[in-house]
Amino acid sequence: MTTEALALIVFLPLLAAAGAVVLPKAWLALMIRIGLLPLPVLLLIPTLEVAHNGAYRVALAGHDSPLGIAWQLDPLSLLMLWLNVGMTLLVSLHAGFSFRPGSDRAQRFWPLWLLLFAGMNALVLSADLFNIYVTLELVTLTAIGLIAVEGKPAALRAAMRYLLLALMASLLYLLGVGLIYGETGVLDLYMMTDRLEPGWLAITAMALMIVGLLIKAAIFPLHAWLPAAHGNAPGPVSAILSAMVVKVSIYLIWRLWFWSASEWNLDTAAQLMGVLGGLAIIYGSLAALVQPRLKMIIAYSTVAQLGYLLLLFPLASALAFQAASYHLISHGMAKAAMFLAAANILKSVGTDRLSRLAGIDQRLPLDVFALALGGVSIMGLPPSGGFLAKWLFLEAAWQAKAWGWLILVVLGGLLAAAYLFRVLAVICLHPRRHGGQASVRRAPNLASVAALLLALGAIVAGFTSAPILDLVEAGLPPGLQP
Amino acid sequence: MAPLLFWTPLLVVIVSALTGMVIFIAGEHHALLRIILNLVAAVLKLLLVAMIGILVLNGYTPEFRVSLVPGLDLVLRADALSMLFASLSAVLWLVTTVYAIAYLERSPNRARFFGFFSLCVAATMGISMAGNLLTFFIFYELLTLTTWPLVVHNGTATAIRSGAAYLRYTLSGGALFLVGLAWLYGISGPQAFVPGGSLAEHAVDARLSLQIIFVLLTVGMGVKAALFPLHGWLPQAMVAPAPVSALLHAVAVVKAGAFGLIRLVEDVYGAALVAELRLDLPLLIVAAFTILYGSVQALRQTDLKKRLAFSTVSQVSYIILGIAIGGPVATVGGLVHLVHQGLMKIILFFCAGIFANLLGVKRIDQLDGIGRRMPWTSACFTVGALGMIGLPPVAGFVSKWYLGAGAVAADRAWVVAVLVTSTVLNASYFLPVLKRIWLHPPPQHWPREVHVSRLETGSLVGSAIVAAMLSIAVGLLAGHPLSPLNWVDAIVAGYFP
Amino acid sequence: MDSSTLYVLAAAVLFGVGVYGLIVSAHLMRKLFAVNIMGSAIFLLLVATAGPVAGHPDPVPQALVLTGIVIAVSATAFGLALMVRLGQETGRATLGIQDEPENDD
Repeated sequence: MTTEALALIVFLPLLAAAGAVVLPKAWLALMIRIGLLPLPVLLLIPTLEVAHNGAYRVALAGHDSPLGIAWQLDPLSLLMLWLNVGMTLLVSLHAGFSFRPGSDRAQRFWPLWLLLFAGMNALVLSADLFNIYVTLELVTLTAIGLIAVEGKPAALRAAMRYLLLALMASLLYLLGVGLIYGETGVLDLYMMTDRLEPGWLAITAMALMIVGLLIKAAIFPLHAWLPAAHGNAPGPVSAILSAMVVKVSIYLIWRLWFWSASEWNLDTAAQLMGVLGGLAIIYGSLAALVQPRLKMIIAYSTVAQLGYLLLLFPLASALAFQAASYHLISHGMAKAAMFLAAANILKSVGTDRLSRLAGIDQRLPLDVFALALGGVSIMGLPPSGGFLAKWLFLEAAWQAKAWGWLILVVLGGLLAAAYLFRVLAVICLHPRRHGGQASVRRAPNLASVAALLLALGAIVAGFTSAPILDLVEAGLPPGLQP
Repeated sequence: MAPLLFWTPLLVVIVSALTGMVIFIAGEHHALLRIILNLVAAVLKLLLVAMIGILVLNGYTPEFRVSLVPGLDLVLRADALSMLFASLSAVLWLVTTVYAIAYLERSPNRARFFGFFSLCVAATMGISMAGNLLTFFIFYELLTLTTWPLVVHNGTATAIRSGAAYLRYTLSGGALFLVGLAWLYGISGPQAFVPGGSLAEHAVDARLSLQIIFVLLTVGMGVKAALFPLHGWLPQAMVAPAPVSALLHAVAVVKAGAFGLIRLVEDVYGAALVAELRLDLPLLIVAAFTILYGSVQALRQTDLKKRLAFSTVSQVSYIILGIAIGGPVATVGGLVHLVHQGLMKIILFFCAGIFANLLGVKRIDQLDGIGRRMPWTSACFTVGALGMIGLPPVAGFVSKWYLGAGAVAADRAWVVAVLVTSTVLNASYFLPVLKRIWLHPPPQHWPREVHVSRLETGSLVGSAIVAAMLSIAVGLLAGHPLSPLNWVDAIVAGYFP
Repeated sequence: MDSSTLYVLAAAVLFGVGVYGLIVSAHLMRKLFAVNIMGSAIFLLLVATAGPVAGHPDPVPQALVLTGIVIAVSATAFGLALMVRLGQETGRATLGIQDEPENDD
């Protein structure tokens, strides 16, 4: 039962994507529904499975590792699946409005969108390094296609740059996989733990894979492609890229680090990763502070917020794992909400230059509200998911007596407040430039509702953490169990 | 009874928050709906607070509790000290709402203003009902968020600059608060507010940590309480509309900081532990210095609202002075000043707002003869100013008396000198204003005279008169069993058994 | 010098050529070629280092490389399509410095 459900979770969107390409235009809406709507219901089956038995392993087509390909469902991958399904559904609400089925744009957008969705689901389920490579490529290439889907020159250029870097990153990752196989003879994430001796070849392989993934995760100083790509992509694409796609690369690093190499002593490397995270937080925030365009500010904010996910490495405790997972979730929702709201603003005003946005809170109250609520969570102010994540980070840093990281977390919050209040001050307060037009309200539509729902999700995450944190705790990696 | 005890503290917060939401959704054009909502919510909240007050008087402790993270609870609990602050805020909110409705009669963006106004009071109620330090922090930060749009409401370049300064101060303070909070949490777990404090057992092994945490938390709260040198935002925030100034100075923000310091000293550390850690004298010195510094600065201002702002800097430190001196008498003086300062300062801001709004009078030298033009407003202003100086029978006298007596009782006689100096300074910055108001001849033309409806004037002046009567009443009726003074006596009896 | 060392050296040289090309060339076609050369270097390395298992060649690295080549080919095709589109929109097939001329001012 669970195997079939998991297979459907991956193949239903995949089939829908194929259908959307092959079938006539009129079928698109149906294909979208088939590819998206059954997923939350299907996901209940693996959820029950994990609730009863913990982890669950599927050998695809009956061939288990080392020759076959295996999927492994554990609490962490379940969490990622839920996050991906939930976010994609909510963002699709917005996309259904901005890429309404029937148009040519929709015909180009939706197959890629469904393919990306399927790829992400397969990626978080996969337990096989090489299978991960294939799904990672699927995710990257569809993401690039989505960035370029509207054919605007700035987006095309950003997509091209992303493509070149992503290809290089994939090659580094692939080289690492090959070397690992040469060392251990297995490709299974969870089976290689015992066979992986920290010799120079294994270390090189691990380093190659992690660097490749760091490029894909846009961690400072390998972030250069992200702001342009996320800042120029269509709204729903920016949302899902910032909320999910960059995160799965970090999720994979966690898997390699805390599962495959859980026997290694990685203290020095962990400190290095932490420093990278810290630099990302500071650099991303400062860069966001000087951007003239709203979407670029949000994109640089992503560069900064991704840094927090790396603080898990030096802190390395159960509490830090909860903190990082919770940050991943709440940042995902808040950032998606902000990107969607920014897309609505861009669409309605025609530009997202801050200097032109004065007074739009009168015209687009729901979108500005969503932007502000998302901002509260990003700043880590209570009550919000961002605050709880920050609190857990502070506690983890306190327990590890890591004062530097503690100060960094607090400082990051202040910097986020600086760049986000700059946006709010301009939007809500500058002397009105649109005159009488400013009081004309646009009727709220589904696109705004999607943004608002995500933003509310980020706030509500500040109150109902228990089920999520329990799930994270059940899925702690072997080395971090208290 | 149990559900009533569980839900009421939350209800007090929710009422205002919901009002704010509905005002946002209703939008700019439903002015009448907004007015009705505002007034109904204010009255409803007053009734709720009164009801909780009765429960507390009868020995119940209404408590709402929900878990955020395992081991991390959001607790709203009504104890005697909560009720002191909650009832002050509820009463003054009603008055301020009436005043604000009239004051902003013709200005744009009223929906935004009143929406955040209500959210701001919701946050203040949360602060007053907070049952542990984390809950306090959550609402404390919410208060920052919800007051910022009010401070920058005018949208002018100056307003935005002041708003930025406000955020710089309060968010940095909040960050230090958070560090201190996480640290304290690491040492001793969740910090429920218990009279007398709950940290004594950690005083031996974590003495230095406790001292540093105290400093961090004091800075975090001192920013809002405008302790020197963290007061910089307060005079700048004077660009906000008068009802906001009233709110900042008397009802919510500054009070939240002072209230937090009371909680910190009395209910988290406990006065005995603060003295044992040798933290009381530094706090006392900072408070005393702030009192004198604020008064001297007030003397130098020519702008009426600026003078009042520095007067607040000075007056709020009386509260902190009271708890820093220690001992029951001074603590009573400090706590009761929380109420008294609120009542008196709100009159002064109401009157300054009326002068500025109806006659365009903003500077002190423009006040000449205004007593003949606006006798009622000027009379209220006089009551407030005399109360600030500490003249009996207005409320301010009572608190100064207790502070002085408490200082002598605690062997800190030099504090009396500070009090006397400050009184002289108070007199020298308020009396010349009063002299101008009543004794100087009025000018030919007022700077910018506006003709408004009687209803509007009535609401504006009426609010000031109600506040003035309240502040005389609490002074005159200080012996009544339900007066703030007696209420505070009962609270302090819990601290010094 | 045995053959595997030769292969590793050749792979290193190829990779260097690729990196050089990626950095130095402005035209996107050259950049894509450069990435492909880097890919070839890595495939070469993988095949060269895959030792035989019990006398037979190990199929797994061959499969890895084969899939890698397929993906590289499709990604290159995709990149070329992007390049063509970019050329149609802007008249140039380079990434250029003057990147963000948002024409809304």
